[in-house]
Amino acid sequence: MSDHETFRQETRAWLEGNCPQSMRSPILGEDDACWGGRGFVFKSDDQKLWLERMASRGWTTPTWPTAYGGGGLNKTEAKILKEEMRKIKARNPLNSFGISMLGPMLLKYASEEMKQQYLPDIVQGKIRWCQGYSEPGAGSDLASLQTKAEDKGDHYLVNGQKVWTSYADKADWIFCLVRTDFDAAKHLGISFLLFDMASEGVSTKPIKLISGNSPFCETFMDDVKVPKGQLVGEAGQGWTYAKYLLTHEREMISEMGSGAAKSVGEIAMELSPTSEGRLRDPILRGQIAAHEIDYASFVATVERVRDEAKAGGGVGAASSTLKYYGTELNKDRSELMLKVGGSDALEWEGQYSGEGKVARTWLRTKANSIEGGTSEVQLNIISKRILGLPSS
Amino acid sequence: MALVLNEEQQLLKDSAAGFLAEKATVEHLRALRDSRSETGYDADVWAETAEMGFTAMVVDEAYGGVGFGMVGAGVVAEEMGKNLSASPWFASSVVAADLINSMASDTQKEALLGPIVEGSNIVTLAVDEGGHHDPEGISARAEKTDGGYKLYGLKSFVPDAHVATQYLVVARTSGSAGDKSGLTVFLLDRGTQGLIVDQSIMADSRNWGRLTMEGVAVTSDAIIGSVDDAFTPLDKTLDKARVVIAAELLGISRACFADTMEYLKDRKQFGVAIGTFQALQHRAAHLFSDIELAHSSIIKALQAADADSPALATLASVAKAKACQVAELATNEAVQMFGGIGMTDECNVGFYMKRARIAQALYGDYNFHAGRYADLRGF
Repeated sequence: MSDHETFRQETRAWLEGNCPQSMRSPILGEDDACWGGRGFVFKSDDQKLWLERMASRGWTTPTWPTAYGGGGLNKTEAKILKEEMRKIKARNPLNSFGISMLGPMLLKYASEEMKQQYLPDIVQGKIRWCQGYSEPGAGSDLASLQTKAEDKGDHYLVNGQKVWTSYADKADWIFCLVRTDFDAAKHLGISFLLFDMASEGVSTKPIKLISGNSPFCETFMDDVKVPKGQLVGEAGQGWTYAKYLLTHEREMISEMGSGAAKSVGEIAMELSPTSEGRLRDPILRGQIAAHEIDYASFVATVERVRDEAKAGGGVGAASSTLKYYGTELNKDRSELMLKVGGSDALEWEGQYSGEGKVARTWLRTKANSIEGGTSEVQLNIISKRILGLPSS
Repeated sequence: MALVLNEEQQLLKDSAAGFLAEKATVEHLRALRDSRSETGYDADVWAETAEMGFTAMVVDEAYGGVGFGMVGAGVVAEEMGKNLSASPWFASSVVAADLINSMASDTQKEALLGPIVEGSNIVTLAVDEGGHHDPEGISARAEKTDGGYKLYGLKSFVPDAHVATQYLVVARTSGSAGDKSGLTVFLLDRGTQGLIVDQSIMADSRNWGRLTMEGVAVTSDAIIGSVDDAFTPLDKTLDKARVVIAAELLGISRACFADTMEYLKDRKQFGVAIGTFQALQHRAAHLFSDIELAHSSIIKALQAADADSPALATLASVAKAKACQVAELATNEAVQMFGGIGMTDECNVGFYMKRARIAQALYGDYNFHAGRYADLRGF
């Protein structure tokens, strides 16, 4: 038996014995996921147990080195773990910006001391992180950010405002882009700081969105003292780290719509008028077929990009293609779900619609092609970095 | 299975790319068209294609094949698409070879496959009967006679018909148009009495033809596979053919896109390269993304064909539909971005566009496969 086959069988047996039954069903939304952190209230004992068991093997971060609490798996083993989890519909034990965004960047650029200090808590789900990137005046033009960090010898004094900070009101720590040098060119004056959201001078204010929910916040920094030891890498190199982190963020956002339990076509057969085993509305049928053909091709592309990265080279600029296409398809899927559900899909409150789940999800997806770099920014990246088209 | 080429497949790709870029390019196609070539391809290059082993991709090793399977055929097809290589390769070495390889008796395979691999015998499948691909709707009929059959009816859009030496004709031995059962495959020799072959001049300057059968008499030995039951194995061969022609469309899209990107960097208007304009950059970046999606769906379907996966039909429709959509966009955007030059015969993009539309129509266009996908997925 090959090593991989042995690994698969051992993994299957372990999952079978350790994944609680209630953790073997799709996560119903962001509120239903396990986010961890100092103040997190687990939805159930099973949710807590599942996190602890997976974290004890480092399988919340399967490919991270064991030295930092990770699983130490190679990419093939990680793929097997994912496949075996999917087979029993095991939930992701921990949703975490520490895992999907900050961790990969720290692994690549942070000092050994910093890795030891921050990574194990991410693996265990002990600290919940948020991302301090966008500012009121720095959206797509992120590098024009103005949050100021003055060098005060043993610490930085941070003043400024961030916006669209996901779950800033629930996060324990923030990874934050600041300007340490106002004389340097705009990309070269940026540094990357980590600090505790409980620090004096940090405050947050949720922003109510079109969905009626408030997953994003404004974050204010008013004379916040950040010890020098919490600077990642070198001062002035923050933009390099920030861009690397963004490639991971894009990958995460591009997959937001995947993993749905049922295809649009299946749901349509339950909710829309049918006759003789097919949808009665021929236009809707064609639109769903077109969507699913694109979606199947997209899923195959995610798989191929991973396989190519495994065979040599990283995901790199391909993350822009995935981010662009994945988010556009996710919006398309949500528009189709409105067509499929008809007026029922537009209910805002009430038991019948699960408090407007379809409608609120539809509105949430509109942010997918804005957050993490708009679709237009992704197309700019593709045309410049991949196609080599000239700048004006 | 990883969605990447292994080392052997990569070598095959390099070898096909090198050979075709030298011997069978769009310039060669242009010359064949301008000289109104009788055959529409270069016989010497065709012989070399066989010597290089490209005609042996899908045939079992026992019958002279090389065991590269559909992934191998797809790799070669993509390179053919990039160069618009004119030859009977797809019709004979892929479609006919696979149908015989998967449906014929051992004796028939022994007799037929060797010459196909050598390129000395060109065989082609005649399935369509009108302007639309509709295998269930076949109405050409084969009437039972003493010791054999007599075939009546019309076949159109037959690839390489006027250079083929033998035809695999799908005809109805029972039932009526619209039935999946009642179809049978017959092998007809060129020159058989009552079989009329007319060349069709098509937009892509390649070889196409119509067959008219006015009581073509054959013995029962001419049957490939079993009587009345051809639909299922035929559709499987068609699925493989659909993915391989999708790979050709991918090659067309890639080559056409590469020419367009060159032009965007070179062509100056308002004092700057037109590639600096964001209006064009975003369309180019979208098209690039779409080409990548088509590529992924094709390699997935090719691997499914070689693994004999039950998902082949669905994956084949996804791949062909996506490739049709992308090739249409790639060729249309090319003409628009080249502007007036794109409208001239001198520019290659017109050749890509014309070949793309033919390949899109062959064995089901976007709409055919989107509808088939919905059928297969039960909505």
